[in-house]
Amino acid sequence: MATPTLQPGTPRTLWPLWATPAIALALAYGVVPLLATDYVFDALLIPFLALSLAAVGLNLLTGYAGQLSLGSAAFMAVGAYAAYNFQLRVEGLPLLAAMALGGVAATVVGVVFGLPSLRLRGFYLAVSTLAAQFFVQWALTKFGWFSNHNPSGVIDAPPIAVAGVAFDAPTGRYLFALTVVAVLTALVWRVTRTPTGHHFIAVRDNELAARVIGVPVLRAKLLAFALSSFVIGVAGVLWGFVYLRTVEPAGFNLDRSFQILFIVIIGGLATLRGAFLGAALIVVFPLLLSRLGSLLLGQWFDSGVLELCQRIALGAIIVGFLIAEPRGLAALWERAVARLQRTRPPPPQGA
Amino acid sequence: MSLVRHLKTALLAAALALAGLQAAQAQAAKPQEQFFPLQSYRVGPYAAGGTGFFGGFIDYLNLVNTRDGGVGGVKLTWEEGETQYEVERGVEVYERLKTRPGIAAWNPLSVGIAYALIDRVTADKVPLLTINHGRTDTTDGRVFKYIFPLLVNPYSETSGIVNYLGTKAGGIDQLKGKKIVVLYHGSPYGKETIPIYELLAKQYGFTVQQIEVPHPGNEQQSQWLTIRRAKPDFVVLRGWGVMNPVALKTAQKTGFPADRIVGNIWSNSEEDVIPAGDAAKGYVAITSVAPGTQYPVLQDIVKTVYDAGKGNLQDKKRIGSVYHNLGVLNGILNVEAIRIAQAKFGKRTLTGDEVRWGLENLKIDEARAAALGAKGLFHSIHVTWDNHEGDGRVAFQQWDGTQWKVVSDWIAPDWKLLRPIIEKSSLAYAKEKNVKVRQSIDD
Repeated sequence: MATPTLQPGTPRTLWPLWATPAIALALAYGVVPLLATDYVFDALLIPFLALSLAAVGLNLLTGYAGQLSLGSAAFMAVGAYAAYNFQLRVEGLPLLAAMALGGVAATVVGVVFGLPSLRLRGFYLAVSTLAAQFFVQWALTKFGWFSNHNPSGVIDAPPIAVAGVAFDAPTGRYLFALTVVAVLTALVWRVTRTPTGHHFIAVRDNELAARVIGVPVLRAKLLAFALSSFVIGVAGVLWGFVYLRTVEPAGFNLDRSFQILFIVIIGGLATLRGAFLGAALIVVFPLLLSRLGSLLLGQWFDSGVLELCQRIALGAIIVGFLIAEPRGLAALWERAVARLQRTRPPPPQGA
Repeated sequence: MSLVRHLKTALLAAALALAGLQAAQAQAAKPQEQFFPLQSYRVGPYAAGGTGFFGGFIDYLNLVNTRDGGVGGVKLTWEEGETQYEVERGVEVYERLKTRPGIAAWNPLSVGIAYALIDRVTADKVPLLTINHGRTDTTDGRVFKYIFPLLVNPYSETSGIVNYLGTKAGGIDQLKGKKIVVLYHGSPYGKETIPIYELLAKQYGFTVQQIEVPHPGNEQQSQWLTIRRAKPDFVVLRGWGVMNPVALKTAQKTGFPADRIVGNIWSNSEEDVIPAGDAAKGYVAITSVAPGTQYPVLQDIVKTVYDAGKGNLQDKKRIGSVYHNLGVLNGILNVEAIRIAQAKFGKRTLTGDEVRWGLENLKIDEARAAALGAKGLFHSIHVTWDNHEGDGRVAFQQWDGTQWKVVSDWIAPDWKLLRPIIEKSSLAYAKEKNVKVRQSIDD
């Protein structure tokens, strides 16, 4: 089954497939904790990791299975609030179990809101997932029980600890988030290489043809919603517990859903690397740009003017990227690597 | 091709060198400076509040530096980080600026950001001020050592509004059987007062209906149709930013009279009523700071800061507006806390914890307010280690179509009624978070 046409994300490079993630992980675990400051952890890397994971989840649904969704932020909210409530109401529940249960709650909600996908496609489906977005926010606001009757609907995250080891320092929180993201990304990567993953791609490319060759289309669609929601739900827990350390329903609004969708599109559909590249561009790059702007020009302009200039710059860059490579940053990356290899002397076999 | 590449390299190098130079300058610890990190917002739906408030704050810091040479010889410095009123931006600015030496206090002017910072400032031992807003139970300094909802917390504000509606109805007992609709902003800030309105409704026998307007508040047709069906005696506007003028205009369209709408503390500025045009005429709002430029401190700011071309507001007509004056007042409270702390710890750069001590001993009576040139700008404040709100009084102002006119005395909210509710909430927080309840200022 594993023909190259079914693997649009497979890089055509000389080094083995596992090399890039292995190098990235080695850097992330070995080098970054030594170099980075608290600011880099708390303001750049942790939100980057959380949104990358959400984008990995959405990519599974939209990139691989072709189901367009605008409900990602709602599933994040379900994950965060569910994990909070499990932690609060079940005495002695370990944090990791609460996170997993948060993901399971997101899965349930995801499957429910994925049901319309059995009848709807494309933009129609995207609009119907909007219902998840509005319903979840409404429910979290309407029923005080979800936020433990806090009058403003804001909840405080529990401390991050696994088996008695606290991860509350910035480095610790970073490593915690990194591990969760790495494990889940690896799982998602594995899924994309199983028959289930191939079913997703078959459904995406041509639903009718998939049905004809015997792909269980309905099952594949609901499974895509379930897996994707689980990953996004856990990303919501990371966002609320590890990054902001406070959760409010309005933090998971439609803007956040769009942000995740843009990460997936700009990064590159149907490639996991794209989720990380896109998150870097959408989350980290604007902050770097605004810091550079205020360092260079801060004396002449107030912060509002700088902010607007930075938005214009970011917009221009996104348009530029998409013109240069509509398939996203991942494809751009691949092309750059390929070009790099062409300029080298050919390998001994003369291939 | 190579020329372009060289040019690019040179430009990049120059930019990096410049950035490095400035970073080095910023990093070099300068003695005798007290630093204010400002999580301001000058773009986005709440820019009017942000530019006015932070403009006033910066104007006052500028005034103290120029006129007095700082506080006790210590220069006041600040740097802004744009948040757009978004929580994650606020956190980013916090993490970016928290390593600066000599941080006095954080003043985010956003409930969402304040919530996200409670754990962080407590760990870093730096005070966080939420003037006129914030999380109500942070009033209990026994639990929230570093959080200060100065002047008016949301519950006091609510109690003040209900007392005022009582006088309008002809006595607080006349509220019995009346119907009040609260139109609130769909954010942590907007929701904060839901339980206290329910409680006061039970206490005084009026019925209350609370209706949410989703952030940012451009769409209110259905809410006002509900209000028209409910036929309330009064509508309390618990709005913020663009929601307020839209509410006033929509009220006019649905035929609800402006003088039966009472605005809360974040619905009381010029920016709320001027865009509504004549729909705002007769509208009343609560305030803890009086508008206008007639106060000596405002005159000083015009003379010393604006005439020297160092004013922060781009539009000079906004000098003396509600947000601007609130920023100035916020500056006064910060600076006085530093002054009081300096009297104990010496005239030098203070640590955040020392400034916290100053805030817990912050007492500005009417005489001191007059000496600061702020007589009439606000009433008084008396913060203690266990009361971080500080017994501030409130007044009511009415928009006459061109300016705000104060239409009431400075009145006191019902602190006795509110304190047990606040303590119940703060002690629950202490239990959930394992916070030790302080027994005295030294804990």
